[in-house]
Amino acid sequence: MSETQEKPALMTRPIPAPAVTVESKPFWDAAAEGRFLIKRCNACGKAHWYPRTICPLCGSDDTVWQESPGEGVIYTYSVMHRSPTGPYALGYVTLDEGPAVMTNFVDVAPDGLKIGMRVKVKFQPTENGPPVPVFTPV
Amino acid sequence: MSIKGKAYIMGAFEHPTRDAPDKTTAQLHAECAKGALEDAGLTKDDVDGYFCAGDAPGFGALSMLDYMGLKNVRHLDSTETGGSSYIVHVGHAAQAIAAGKCNVALITLAGRPRQTGNRPASRAGGGGGAPQGLSDGPPEAGFENIYGGTTHNTYGMCAMRHMYEYGTTSEQLAWIKVAASHHAQWNEHAYLKNVVTVEEVVNSRMISDPLHLLDCCVVTDGGGALIVTSPEIARSLKRPKVKVIGAGEAPKGPLGGQHLDLTHSGAVWSGPRAFEEAGVKPADIKYASIYDSFTITVLMQLEDLGFCEKGQGGKFVADGNLISGVGKLPFNTDGGGLCNNHPTNRGGITKVIEAVRQLRGEAHPKVQVQNCDLAIAHGTGGSLGVRHGSGTVILEREA
Ligand SMILES: [Zn+2]
Repeated sequence: MSETQEKPALMTRPIPAPAVTVESKPFWDAAAEGRFLIKRCNACGKAHWYPRTICPLCGSDDTVWQESPGEGVIYTYSVMHRSPTGPYALGYVTLDEGPAVMTNFVDVAPDGLKIGMRVKVKFQPTENGPPVPVFTPV
Repeated sequence: MSIKGKAYIMGAFEHPTRDAPDKTTAQLHAECAKGALEDAGLTKDDVDGYFCAGDAPGFGALSMLDYMGLKNVRHLDSTETGGSSYIVHVGHAAQAIAAGKCNVALITLAGRPRQTGNRPASRAGGGGGAPQGLSDGPPEAGFENIYGGTTHNTYGMCAMRHMYEYGTTSEQLAWIKVAASHHAQWNEHAYLKNVVTVEEVVNSRMISDPLHLLDCCVVTDGGGALIVTSPEIARSLKRPKVKVIGAGEAPKGPLGGQHLDLTHSGAVWSGPRAFEEAGVKPADIKYASIYDSFTITVLMQLEDLGFCEKGQGGKFVADGNLISGVGKLPFNTDGGGLCNNHPTNRGGITKVIEAVRQLRGEAHPKVQVQNCDLAIAHGTGGSLGVRHGSGTVILEREA
């Protein structure tokens, strides 16, 4: 597709490098390989987000990384129009595994989003950092 | 132990400035403290309890105590729940007084966001919260701060979900701004004094959908202060007595993402706690100060506090129901954060100040509620769309 002025803006926002901590490093190492990990707790069986060592749902420290297909539905979103880099969509995805994930929706026009729409993870490069998960309509 | 009747708000002061290029933040805190003490008829040497939050410069309470020369303080509280902090502080001051920890509590807020460029959007972007200094940063930073969350779009997400679940409309949200603007026209200090229509709100520039420019509060410099005292000291002062009869607080967050629910705020817990302690119902309230960072903030909190059923907030606020002298629930008669003042992006203290004015009969005559003997001041701080604190106080005029 050629770039023309008529083409609707697909909201692909430049994203800064994420802060990587000793707790989150396995997530970002996997992200660099294009794999999307979530944390699941062996004690209560539930997945949570954002990932942490101790389960925020039951308090167990028996939590493990699990690869996720990164699919779910849009819980809500808002398209920010006051932005020097063009409009961008902040929102939450309810993953099929249960937890809600804050993210940006990309490769979609500002009026192309709807609550309940199915979306899938993709990784977007950052400058001087690991790629970060964003979501795009399936 | 209940705090009901154990403390009184005897001093209140709202700084008249909305733009402070020639003052420091510490100076504004001190000017507010002085104003509230003079209003109560007390001096700084009477203060033995001091309350402040994250807007206090330097080492917070330690810096401000020293700056203001408060030498008799024996109780400190720097509870930080964003813009709701100062409402929470009223409840904490009442607890401290009831426990004998202090008799004269000073609460201050001040800031200069118009000068420093510390706009509400400052959480956006910017390195994603990279680890620095002694801390390795907020635990959520790597998974949230990178996505450009600002005050506007996080509240926009709440409004979008509320519209989806309950059919709330932009026109209904607009009525909240319309009511605030009707009140602000009589406030000589209000940042925006022009009366607006529903059409003007919904036709204003879209900021972060579905929130338009006129769904958003103002950004102002300034501040405010409150004096909370023991009953004995209240009786010795010449000002009308505003009694603290109930207080509630509640944090709310996504808790691992399994409980995300952006159509409810922490008011579903802080409200009932305050009402129960006070022994009154929402229908008894004559005047409501409701934190109005955005129109959606007000609508959700009115529902969560029980002024109407969940999902019925849009119908409740429509047709001027929040306008003093017109509707059933006069709210934010100073013009609120939407039109009057939102000092340092933290509106909690102005909510208490206007409630005190109403209970004293000192609100502007055009907006004064007749026989106003029972009021609520309520607020949230942080972001409704992510994690926030909620504070409610119920105040009663004592004859
Ligand atoms: Zn668990």
